[in-house]
Amino acid sequence: MKAKLLGVFLTAAGLLVASTPSFAHHGTASFDTTRDLTLKGTVTDWIWANPHCFLKFDAMDETGTVRNWAVEVSNPTDMTKRGWARGSFKAGDQVNVNLQPVKNGAPIGRLRTVTLPDGSTLSAGGPAPAAAALPQ
Amino acid sequence: MVRITTIVACAAALLLPGASRAQQWNSAGLEQSAIDASKTKSAPPPRRDLTGIWDAGGSGIAGPGHQSAPWTQWGQQKASAYKPGNGPRAVYEADINDPLSTVCDPAGFPRLVLYETRPFQVVQTPNQVLILYMFEKRWRVIGTDGRALPKDPDPRWYGYSVGHWEDDFTFVVQTVGMDERTWLDNAGNPHSGELKVEERYYRVNRDRMELTVTIDDAKTFTKPWLGRDKMPLTRAPANMDVMEMICSPTEVMDFRKNISDRTDKK
Repeated sequence: MKAKLLGVFLTAAGLLVASTPSFAHHGTASFDTTRDLTLKGTVTDWIWANPHCFLKFDAMDETGTVRNWAVEVSNPTDMTKRGWARGSFKAGDQVNVNLQPVKNGAPIGRLRTVTLPDGSTLSAGGPAPAAAALPQ
Repeated sequence: MVRITTIVACAAALLLPGASRAQQWNSAGLEQSAIDASKTKSAPPPRRDLTGIWDAGGSGIAGPGHQSAPWTQWGQQKASAYKPGNGPRAVYEADINDPLSTVCDPAGFPRLVLYETRPFQVVQTPNQVLILYMFEKRWRVIGTDGRALPKDPDPRWYGYSVGHWEDDFTFVVQTVGMDERTWLDNAGNPHSGELKVEERYYRVNRDRMELTVTIDDAKTFTKPWLGRDKMPLTRAPANMDVMEMICSPTEVMDFRKNISDRTDKK
């Protein structure tokens, strides 16, 4: 009984998260929609602002070079509906970031999911699989 | 048993978010379940009354832009200078010249209701209807004192609006005098100074109304078209505190420096 009720609860929660609007002020032209990167990094800044919030973090690439990444999500209003907040990150947090990079090789991208120091995960576009619900 | 009670309470809170969030500050809007519920679980509408906070939820967000009527030659020429971020003519992020998203010019009217109809509050006075929008934290004043629209108005970002009750549940607003610099949407649809917009707010029941917006601009489009067609709006709890959603030039410059300007140009 407990399991069944919990299932109903989780389904309801999932549907609510999934139903939040997807919006971005631009399309996908700059992004390489065929690529998917997961980087382990250290947060340097979290900007809670319009038109997009963005997370900055230092991460080492395969050549051993540390680069400062800037990855965007939607605006504060949409992200609030997805459970994000102005205080979701602080400088120094260790995070695992799954992102879609831009085409030109710059350390820029769209954040899909991020795993926080406590092991919890935030999704930029709803519940997993996040990519299907990313803002267009 | 206690756990089951807790789970049921949590589920109920999620399914009735309008009530559960009503006491909070900074609401981003209603959950989809509350919007769905307003279709059926409601009472008859009050007469000649749109007061309250209204939320279109996801259907209010038209980020990709609109499928408009075909452009005239003038419209095509005007649109050719617009480099939108969405729609069939979308350009790379660094090339976008949308005045709203790149420099925070006002969205203007009717883009404010065509593009992001976030929650808004309607206030009625004896001779005006005021609409207070979450998006941009803007407002419009709609004259209901029987005044005529201006004949040769100086253009304004949000135009000049008059409204009347067509019947007890249908409020119709006519707007003219919009500034040609504003876009209609994210897809770079232009308009001329001859644009006339009609909004029809139909109160379906106590908790729901529908908005239809007609775009009539013979200089830009070959025929009138609907920017919104019976878009459903749900009444939010009266004590909802709506978040700010403001385009700040400081913030948009920071975003461009960190993201847009570092991406590809064509």
